[in-house]
Amino acid sequence: MAVAQQTARPEGRSSSSFWTVARRDSLAGFLFIAPQLIGITLFVLIPLCLVFWYSLHEWNVLANTFTYTGATNYQMLLEDTNLPSVLGATAIFSAGLVIFNLSLALLLAVLLNQKLAGITIFRTLFFSPVVVSLVAWTIVWGFLLQKNGGINGVLLVFGIEGPNWLREPVTAMISVIVVQVFKNVGLNMILFLAALQGVPNELYEAARIDGAPRFKQFRRITLPLISPTILLTSIITIVGSLQVFAQIAVLTQGGPGLTTTVLVYYLYQQAFQFHLFGYGSTLSIVLFAIVAVLTFAQWQMRKRIVFYES
Amino acid sequence: MNYHRTLKSAVAALALAVPLCWSGIANAQDAVNLRMTIWSANEAHLKLFNEIAAGFKKDHPNVTVTYESLPFETYTTALTTQIAGGNAPDMAWIFETAAYDFVNSGALYPLTDTLKATKGYNAEELSATAAERWTKDGKLFAYPFSTSPFAMFVNNDLIKASGVKTPAEMIAANQWTWDNAIATAAAVGKVPGKGGLIVRDFNYQTWQNLASIWNGWGASPWSADGKTCTMTEKPMVDALTFIHEAAFKNKAMPGPGESVDFFAGNAAMTITQISRASLLPKDKPFAWDLVPLPKGPAGNYALIGQAGVGVMQAGKNAKTAAEFVAYMTNPENSAKLSQFFPSARKSLLNAEVLKKTNPLLSQEQIDKVVISGIATGKVIPGHTGFAQIQQAVRSGLDAVWRPDANIPAALQQICGQIGPLLKR
Repeated sequence: MAVAQQTARPEGRSSSSFWTVARRDSLAGFLFIAPQLIGITLFVLIPLCLVFWYSLHEWNVLANTFTYTGATNYQMLLEDTNLPSVLGATAIFSAGLVIFNLSLALLLAVLLNQKLAGITIFRTLFFSPVVVSLVAWTIVWGFLLQKNGGINGVLLVFGIEGPNWLREPVTAMISVIVVQVFKNVGLNMILFLAALQGVPNELYEAARIDGAPRFKQFRRITLPLISPTILLTSIITIVGSLQVFAQIAVLTQGGPGLTTTVLVYYLYQQAFQFHLFGYGSTLSIVLFAIVAVLTFAQWQMRKRIVFYES
Repeated sequence: MNYHRTLKSAVAALALAVPLCWSGIANAQDAVNLRMTIWSANEAHLKLFNEIAAGFKKDHPNVTVTYESLPFETYTTALTTQIAGGNAPDMAWIFETAAYDFVNSGALYPLTDTLKATKGYNAEELSATAAERWTKDGKLFAYPFSTSPFAMFVNNDLIKASGVKTPAEMIAANQWTWDNAIATAAAVGKVPGKGGLIVRDFNYQTWQNLASIWNGWGASPWSADGKTCTMTEKPMVDALTFIHEAAFKNKAMPGPGESVDFFAGNAAMTITQISRASLLPKDKPFAWDLVPLPKGPAGNYALIGQAGVGVMQAGKNAKTAAEFVAYMTNPENSAKLSQFFPSARKSLLNAEVLKKTNPLLSQEQIDKVVISGIATGKVIPGHTGFAQIQQAVRSGLDAVWRPDANIPAALQQICGQIGPLLKR
């Protein structure tokens, strides 16, 4: 006992008695996460608090006035006649994007999950738009979607007179969704591909022996086993869809009317074009709340929908 | 021994260096760096601006002026973002449409006293009409350095090939009216791959440029005091019906989403400012002409676009910046600037000066289009809170830019939207 105490003490004596092993370990831990923590505090938490602070003020940039207005900006939300259309457009865009993006990504992943010669070329081809500059990609699509642009030119060869894609309410929304999906579908496709390749082959072999048809194998084996990836991609895609801006700014500027004015574009207009920084901040609080609620809801749903081996 | 020598040398070096550094610090404290945001990145423009800055430096050796080119399309947004971020420039160009916002907000430093105190400035020769939008309570808050009339460039090759009269022939026969102009545009617009009339930069979004047409009907988006929407009144309904028919019925104007370039030789005519003459092709030239805007049902008219330069009140060196603006826009430098930016100074509004600065234009074009345009033209519509009003009208006009549009109903809706904004 005495020997054990003696051997334990010199360690304690060599450093101060405050720095116990546990404290030193936790300090090391904090130091390791410090860069990330400082980054998040500086660039996420503080701006978030500031945005909330701004939303309680009327900030006239030109006159350099910053007046506390309490809940006036939140009152404005309720009185803003454009807001229902904007939230509607945001919902349509997000729903359209998530459904189209995830189904196309899964379809492509299943098709490209074959052991065929040259399949990697196709995988690269579908992934390549992800690395292209977003604005450049959108500008090129802007040209293609003009009334007398490339797409209608091709349709005309087959005797079809194409619509004015970016000027009709329905086709404008479809165009913006499709341009965004083609840009980013490759990323989800790669994630699905990785998940598909992680599904053990023996499960399919067993299913085949039991006489399960291909579709049943997909529904009963593939889908449950890749469900964690489906959850991940759907969260990423929904959050991304709520933050879409460049495509709208380049292709439609929110038109025709307000049909493609999504929430982020609307708050950009309010803050940076109309100089209503207070109201713009209020709208970004609304956006933050929507993203937070949706992400939380999806996270809660994981227990029911997502299959975990453990 | 060596140690002592090193020490002595170090002390001597310090004795020399400290006063030098001190004087350097003192000079640095005197040094004034002024920054002006502009929306042009044109090399010829920048060369001239730098020459003017160098000229100012001769009398003010401690002042350095730099120019920051911001993209034209998002200029005002970028400028206000800089101001919001506490990084306001010392001086800024301001669009005529945003003038009311800047002048009324108190963001700008009043220039009148500085201009009057500048020797040989001759501030009186700037016409009151040109200065109106930039003045508040008798004080000038930004100097309108560019007052550029809108006119019509025409491609006589295309017009003649379609077998119709050229605008010059119509002017000679006193037939230069909007009905005849649109008929000519329609004749060319029927040719596959060619367009009729293009209102440049309009693109079915920058609707304020349509004032170049609707002013001929005596139409205006709001009343003279800016408080009441007048888009539902007959002149506006008639003018927009005329434009709608030109775009959707007669094919005299490219429709929404159709892009045709006049300066590439693909359209009969385009309405734009005269400074765009520099875009006329040099390699494959076509027979072009510059004519005044056609006569509308309300008679002859002209439209001008303006650009102002103001000093930001928030800057540390506002007084020096105002002195630079006074130097930049004095009679001598205004004459230099007028080769790109027509001046509203009366002494520079004569054919002799303008011929020198606009070598591409003929004497007749200068007389009929430039001088008369600047003298009689109304400035493009503007209003306090213009960006918000512009967006509301743009969004509402989308319902007009459809083949089956109900124009009076759409205009009624627009007035409902902008009415409260105009009253603010």
